[in-house]
Amino acid sequence: MTEQPVALKVLNGLSALLVAAALWMVVFYAPLEAVMGLVQKVFYFHVANAWVGMLGFIAAAFAGIAYLATKDVKWDIVGVAAVEISLVFFFIAIATGSIWAYPVWNTWWTWDPRLTTAAVLEMIYLAYLLLRQGIEDPDRRARFGAVYTLLGGLSVPLTFMSIRLFRTIHPVVVGGGNGGEGGFSMTPAMLNTMFFSIFVFSVVFITLFWHRVRLGRLAQRVEELKLKAMD
Amino acid sequence: MTPMIAVRKLVKRFGLKTVLRGLDFEVQAGEFVALVGPNGAGKTTFLRILASLSRPTMGKVRVAGYELPAQAAAVRRRLGVVSHQPLLYGDLTAEENLRFYGRMYGIPALDARIDEVLELVGLAARRRDLVRTFSRGMQQRLAIGRAVLHDPEVMLFDEPYTGLDQDAAAMLDEVLHTVAARGRTVVMTSHDLARVEALATRFAVLSHGVIAASVRRDNLAGENLLDFYRRTLQEGQASA
Amino acid sequence: MKKWSRPVKDFLRATRAVAWKDLAAELRSRELLSAMLVFALLVILIFNFALELDVKTRRSVTSGVLWATFIFAGTLGLNRSMAVEKDRGCLDGLLLAPVDRAAIYFGKAISNLVFMLIVEMIVLPIYSVLYNVSLFEPRLLGVILLGSVGYTAVGTLLAAMSVQTRTRDVLLPILLFPVVIPVAIAAVKASGGILQAWPMEDIMPWINLLLVYDVIFISVAFMVFDYVVEE
Repeated sequence: MTEQPVALKVLNGLSALLVAAALWMVVFYAPLEAVMGLVQKVFYFHVANAWVGMLGFIAAAFAGIAYLATKDVKWDIVGVAAVEISLVFFFIAIATGSIWAYPVWNTWWTWDPRLTTAAVLEMIYLAYLLLRQGIEDPDRRARFGAVYTLLGGLSVPLTFMSIRLFRTIHPVVVGGGNGGEGGFSMTPAMLNTMFFSIFVFSVVFITLFWHRVRLGRLAQRVEELKLKAMD
Repeated sequence: MTPMIAVRKLVKRFGLKTVLRGLDFEVQAGEFVALVGPNGAGKTTFLRILASLSRPTMGKVRVAGYELPAQAAAVRRRLGVVSHQPLLYGDLTAEENLRFYGRMYGIPALDARIDEVLELVGLAARRRDLVRTFSRGMQQRLAIGRAVLHDPEVMLFDEPYTGLDQDAAAMLDEVLHTVAARGRTVVMTSHDLARVEALATRFAVLSHGVIAASVRRDNLAGENLLDFYRRTLQEGQASA
Repeated sequence: MKKWSRPVKDFLRATRAVAWKDLAAELRSRELLSAMLVFALLVILIFNFALELDVKTRRSVTSGVLWATFIFAGTLGLNRSMAVEKDRGCLDGLLLAPVDRAAIYFGKAISNLVFMLIVEMIVLPIYSVLYNVSLFEPRLLGVILLGSVGYTAVGTLLAAMSVQTRTRDVLLPILLFPVVIPVAIAAVKASGGILQAWPMEDIMPWINLLLVYDVIFISVAFMVFDYVVEE
């Protein structure tokens, strides 16, 4: 348990290589977009990060259900891992989105359904972490965490729908969604780069996820040993 | 005779911390067992498990012939609990508190039963007063009234004397003896060995998550409870 | 008359008992209602200065101001109503009773809903007098009911959680607001639409969204409340 498993070590190396490859593709392979220019390049990693954030979000909700059904600590560790990773990746997605939005939409932030939903998700994650911090009993912490990720998992799609509805009834000036200002048609090379980036970040996600779950297990082991030593 | 409370190899963990470690315990119908032990030995945890408020991590628990936690509803119907908190609503009168709990238990002919219980715990005159205005001792007596309202077979007391002065405690003794304990099976935790010694028919020492020793009052053989208690804890330490 | 089966009857009896107990206590002390009400009026007062509620803007922001007021005042009530259960160990008293935990949840949710509706029914006429807008529109009352149902359904569940944490008073709004956003959006939009005399087909999607939210979250709370109170 102390040594990293071979598969994980392979994944570490693979992730590094893949990220380098994706970076190369973004910089040299994908063509420069005619209207937006260089800043459009951020788009590839932006989409990939949002994708990974989404994966984490779904994983957290399912881990929550699995914990409530089985009461197995394993699922609690998985849930926390998913939430923490998703929190970071969504943050990167929001930041890269803003970098792209400023020159294109002329604003750092717009209340577009996707952006707003991402922001709400971040708030839910922060609330989740605060909730866990306020509970001493590990069982209760896991139970409440699971219930909260479940509530979040149900509420966020509704948030997305409601903001979308909001915008379709009241069209906004600044482009919301794909059809809006800043949309562009992708060449095959751009598409390849995007899909490759998504693939790469999925691998990165799996690697980080594995590390985080392993860390959770080790932390638990440390607690166990501490308690044993006290007895 | 099947025991009223039967506990086999009960383990309770909070996360990784083990509070009860394979505890065995039996109480026959009609016994009054005092559960004593140092702070943090797991008395309250154990009582909460018997009360169906907390789930056992492992082991078997039967109360009044029903399995916990599977048949919790059946156990709850036959169980009265008094804790160091009164479990009463300050903004309701004594009568309203009993009426509320009576409805929760689905007691038939509730009005008559409320009159009876208020009489028993000596609060008939204060029935229309808000519980907020009651002294600690009166609240505790009403708490006993609340606990016996549905005429339970088994009573659990968790440190019922906490925060009571001498007079209130003596009065509680009286109510406890005449109302709660009569004809019922009782388990009580307490720090007050002297008080417990007068009430209980059997003493069990809970230490390090197991019942370290148990003795019937008749078998104390001249030794007083305090000495027995100290001896048990010392032996426990020596063997550990 | 239809004959209910015994478990259903027991369930309804316990639900009624819990709700009755809360309402009887509150009718006597009026602590919770007066705190919610004063707080609501203060929020409206602050909005008055913050938004310069002149005749023109009033029309469009009224529904937003009202819902923000209801939501803020609502957390006050939810917090207090659960704190009462926790403080004297009454939650244990409820859990000791041989009733379904969901009945306890519904009883608390119903009394919370009644408190909220009472506050709303007092705030509405005051607001219409202060700002000279007519708010007495049956459809608006319907939307307020639907929004409040969704809000208290989730709020009661989360209050039961937050009251069992170390940071209890501050935690509830942090947990509640991000998951209740769909209710806030839909309720504000539907009420605004009604006040600005939109055609009904523009308002219906919002009302449907409220209905969907109410149904989903009442059922989820029903299923997970056990996990929130058990040990």
